Amino acid sequence: MSQARASNPVLEFKGRLMTLTILRLLDSSVEVLARELDRRVKEAPAFFRHLPVIIDVGEVASSDLHEDLPGLVELLRTRDLVPVAIRGGDARWAEAADAAGLSVYAAERDPVARRQAPVEDDAAPAAAAAPASTAEPVVERTGGLVVTQPVRSGQQIYARGGDLVLLAQVSPGAEVLADGHIHCYGTLNGRALAGVRGDTEARIFCQSFRADLVSIAGIYSISEQFDEALTGKPVSVSLHGDTLRIERL
Amino acid sequence: MAKIVVVTSGKGGVGKTTSSAAIGAGLARAGHRTAIVDFDVGLRNLDLIMGLERRVVYDFVNVINEEATLNQALIRDKRVDNLFILAASQTRDKDALTDDGVERVLTEMSKDFDYIVCDSPAGIERGALMAMYFADEAIVVTNPEVSSVRDSDRVLGILSSKTRRAANGQPKVREHLLLTRYSPARVQRGEMLSVEDVKEILAIDLLGVIPESQSVLTASNAGVPVILEEESDAGQAYQDAVARFLGEERPHRFVSNEKKGLFGRLFGS
Repeated sequence: MSQARASNPVLEFKGRLMTLTILRLLDSSVEVLARELDRRVKEAPAFFRHLPVIIDVGEVASSDLHEDLPGLVELLRTRDLVPVAIRGGDARWAEAADAAGLSVYAAERDPVARRQAPVEDDAAPAAAAAPASTAEPVVERTGGLVVTQPVRSGQQIYARGGDLVLLAQVSPGAEVLADGHIHCYGTLNGRALAGVRGDTEARIFCQSFRADLVSIAGIYSISEQFDEALTGKPVSVSLHGDTLRIERL
Repeated sequence: MAKIVVVTSGKGGVGKTTSSAAIGAGLARAGHRTAIVDFDVGLRNLDLIMGLERRVVYDFVNVINEEATLNQALIRDKRVDNLFILAASQTRDKDALTDDGVERVLTEMSKDFDYIVCDSPAGIERGALMAMYFADEAIVVTNPEVSSVRDSDRVLGILSSKTRRAANGQPKVREHLLLTRYSPARVQRGEMLSVEDVKEILAIDLLGVIPESQSVLTASNAGVPVILEEESDAGQAYQDAVARFLGEERPHRFVSNEKKGLFGRLFGS
């Protein structure tokens, strides 16, 4: 028995690059952060649910916010985010992170990423994810999500890090989001937002087009602007520069 | 173990209580021991429609609060064997429906009954959520108009995510569409959505189509479940719906606007 077990390892460590969102703190007041976080989470609750985040403390490293780190972690957890580590800060921060059960990443060195302004685009609330950089885990597409049931009014479905495939309809008043493409094999009513973390190459495909709103990488268009001839037809939606192109398939 | 059936809609005034009474009575007449539970605490009217408001001594909330036993609160219908009503309280509000309380009462009832029909209040607040939480099957009552269909769609979404079955990862609640107050003539004039329109939007099985009928109002005012009005079109449509619910195949009647011939016009059949 024990021999059999020896030939069947019970665990493995593997190196993998995973999608992780970086939360950059730009203010050292827990109250201010909490308020802004609530606003963001309210905009797209499904997006943030169980989202693993690395807290980048580079901008607030000199403050004494580290004393409030347990409170900050709790703040994130009650909003269903999953803080896994901090990035940046000095020995005081490392100590606080250790006490709070977080791991510590070294401060970001990539000057290009440094120059990126804080993201203000409302349509991509968590686009603050790390830009591609060889030294860090990068945002990359993973799996995707296949939904076999209809997406009903008032429901929101988000395919984090990949494509969203919808085998049934999307009802009026529902919202579907994906980091990658959206494919809908039933009727697409409601709102469809592809490339929500800024992928301008993302597209939306559907069998029967009756959407109220479509968006790619934050550029959106509403039904009043759609060509009526496309209603109920199979279409593809793509982004060209700053314009959405809705074409018959 | 009883099957728990919620009759729900989202929108008010579409015929939930009328349908609960009719379907409950239909199931009982088919020989199944059935209880209808009014979840519309504060606005009870199931007992009125069933014509037994004067016999209510203890209600659902009394049983939840353990002020009365289930047997004291269940009212036996005098017309149909096997049919019992658990009335709502008019002096309380929906907060009286505690999770533990409702679960305990339904579990206790499950031992004695074949079917428990939960008459949901309108809306998607506490009363409605409690009525659907323990459901095995759902009858979604919809009128053929846009706002009712939209609300039903919303309710179907909640049924697939916020029920005990969803929470426990069990097979999903079986969903049935009951289209009420249907008028083929008005559909033909384009004033109402057709059966096909509604089926396409909601994408669930059609249990029945109940025609808009004077007999529904008359029966309600008389305190008789309309299914007991054997001659009425609505009564027959409910009988068909109950038969389908129990697995029988029956063609849908009352969905098209048939022109009456001379004979029909003369004799009004």
